[in-house]
Amino acid sequence: MKNLTQKLAPWRKWLFIIITFVLVQLLVQVGIINDYLQATIATICINIILAVSLNLITGFTGQFSLGHAGFMSIGAYVCGLTLLRMPTIWGYLASIVMGALLAAVVGFVVGLPTLRLRGDYLAIATLGMSEIIRIIFINLEITNGAAGLSGIPRFTNWVFLYIFTVGTVLLISNFLKSTHGRACISIREDEIAAEAMGINSTRYKVTAFTIGSLCAGIAGVLYAAYFYYLNPNTFGFLKSIDVLVIVVLGGMGSLSGSVLAAILLAIISTILQDFSDLRMIIYALLLVIIMIFRPQGLMGSKEISMKVFRNLGGLWPARKGEK
Amino acid sequence: MAILSIRKLTKSFGGLTAVANLNMELKKGELVGLIGPNGAGKTTVFNLLTGIYQPSSGSIILEANGEKKELQGQKPYNICKAGIARTFQNIRLFDDLTVLDNVRIAMHQNINYGLISGLFHLPSYKREEKRILEECMELLRITKLDSKADELAKNLPYGEQRHLEIARALAAKPIILLLDEPAAGMNPAETVQLTELIQWIRKKFDLTILLIEHDMSLVMKICERIYVLDYGLLIAEGTPEEIKSNERVIKAYLGEDVSNAGD
Ligand SMILES: Nc1ncnc2c1ncn2[C@@H]1O[C@H](COP(=O)(O)OP(=O)(O)O)[C@@H](O)[C@H]1O
Ligand SMILES: [Mg+2]
Repeated sequence: MKNLTQKLAPWRKWLFIIITFVLVQLLVQVGIINDYLQATIATICINIILAVSLNLITGFTGQFSLGHAGFMSIGAYVCGLTLLRMPTIWGYLASIVMGALLAAVVGFVVGLPTLRLRGDYLAIATLGMSEIIRIIFINLEITNGAAGLSGIPRFTNWVFLYIFTVGTVLLISNFLKSTHGRACISIREDEIAAEAMGINSTRYKVTAFTIGSLCAGIAGVLYAAYFYYLNPNTFGFLKSIDVLVIVVLGGMGSLSGSVLAAILLAIISTILQDFSDLRMIIYALLLVIIMIFRPQGLMGSKEISMKVFRNLGGLWPARKGEK
Repeated sequence: MAILSIRKLTKSFGGLTAVANLNMELKKGELVGLIGPNGAGKTTVFNLLTGIYQPSSGSIILEANGEKKELQGQKPYNICKAGIARTFQNIRLFDDLTVLDNVRIAMHQNINYGLISGLFHLPSYKREEKRILEECMELLRITKLDSKADELAKNLPYGEQRHLEIARALAAKPIILLLDEPAAGMNPAETVQLTELIQWIRKKFDLTILLIEHDMSLVMKICERIYVLDYGLLIAEGTPEEIKSNERVIKAYLGEDVSNAGD
């Protein structure tokens, strides 16, 4: 019987994924989820992609990056510039590919020299890089400087958001269960022991960093084609910190923690909308309180598995043969 | 035939010469001891052999499968790939990972699927992961850790952590195994078990073993040849019998006993 439940597990996962999709799609169509809620959902999805990919770099591989917003801005500007000239679905699809690849290439170029060194050089390099990118966008004519780009047509919808969010989470979770992902985790645990066991630490640090940058690029594309408007200052240092907060709050080394924290923080922000000036103070206070009671983050380094749903199922009488 | 030849190996840290002009040889299938008082430079030799330190001068040559490789100046992961794996004196397990994952990680060089297959869990991923899971469980059975496969490494008692270090090193499929004080901190019963384990894996995996150990009864019992270091210098080399009666060795160890008594 145990075998059967194990076989069911992946099947349940896909069922859960499909039901969530259909449910939200229906609620949007009948108008229960209004425009405002839709924007919140878009923010949640984009933040999940950002947090999960930063978690791969920082939580799982142990490399501090402070420039995630910089990679996001690359994707966002690629998308904005493309869609303003080519406002078609093909332009959108092309900008997803180009935004992701360009962010990955920049990630690789920044990562390779800095990740060869032991220590937190990456944090400094990424911090500098994201500032440089921001200043380039402010000074270039084509990006319309500090005024930013506006009137970007909206192509990002629930379908795209959901596919890319679920896709990112699933692929990174798969990666972490592969020998390449385990290599990354071993570097976080003990780089010297990892190298002595045959792991080329530079290679896997760069791999994790490049995958993470690629995902941030995709998040940027989704953002640009949803919110109409881009401004270089949207992607400043504070945005990188926002993402880091989600990762730390959810738990370094927990993908489900990142997902949970992204949703939770969006809900808190939404509720706090009504408090205007006090908003940021309450938000910060809440973070401090959560970190006092859960210093390891909501999930620590654990994952929510389908067992949770099975345990919820325990509210109903257990089926014959199970347990 | 020498499988490993160490020639005039020297390592200085600033003014301190931790290893001076060391010549050593391991023949295929040998179990060789490396002993000496604390601070003699034994662990430094291991760190040089595994590429964690770069030698100040000298050469390390591995001759296996009809191929000669110079190991000095190589990266640790390439040396591991060439066939040298080790354990650490001050246990360096992946603490927050499971016992199984500790071993699985060291299989890295022996796994045949690419990044894409790993990202999408393609058939080659599933086939290889199944194979290495079986191989890892076999190594855990050998080291008597199979019932603890899902426990975190840091929660194992000390003796079992030392066993896990050995299982992890074996997962890298070495031809030469370097053991750095594997019996440190073990009680006599555990040391006996460890002795049997070392002799057993040596046969089973056709290993050449270099062993650093303070427990003289263990060293004298299982080593065929012994090298003795003192202040970075090789002061003696020979069979256990020869070493036991060597004046310089006795003096070096007496010196240690005296200084220990003063602690
Ligand atoms: N990284 C290092 N930097 C400076 N000195 C070191 C370093 N590693 C070892 N040493 C010194 O080299 C000498 C030999 O150390 P070690 O090889 O650990 O001795 P053993 O393993 O024989 O007890 C000691 O004096 C130690 O302090
Ligand atoms: Mg030592």
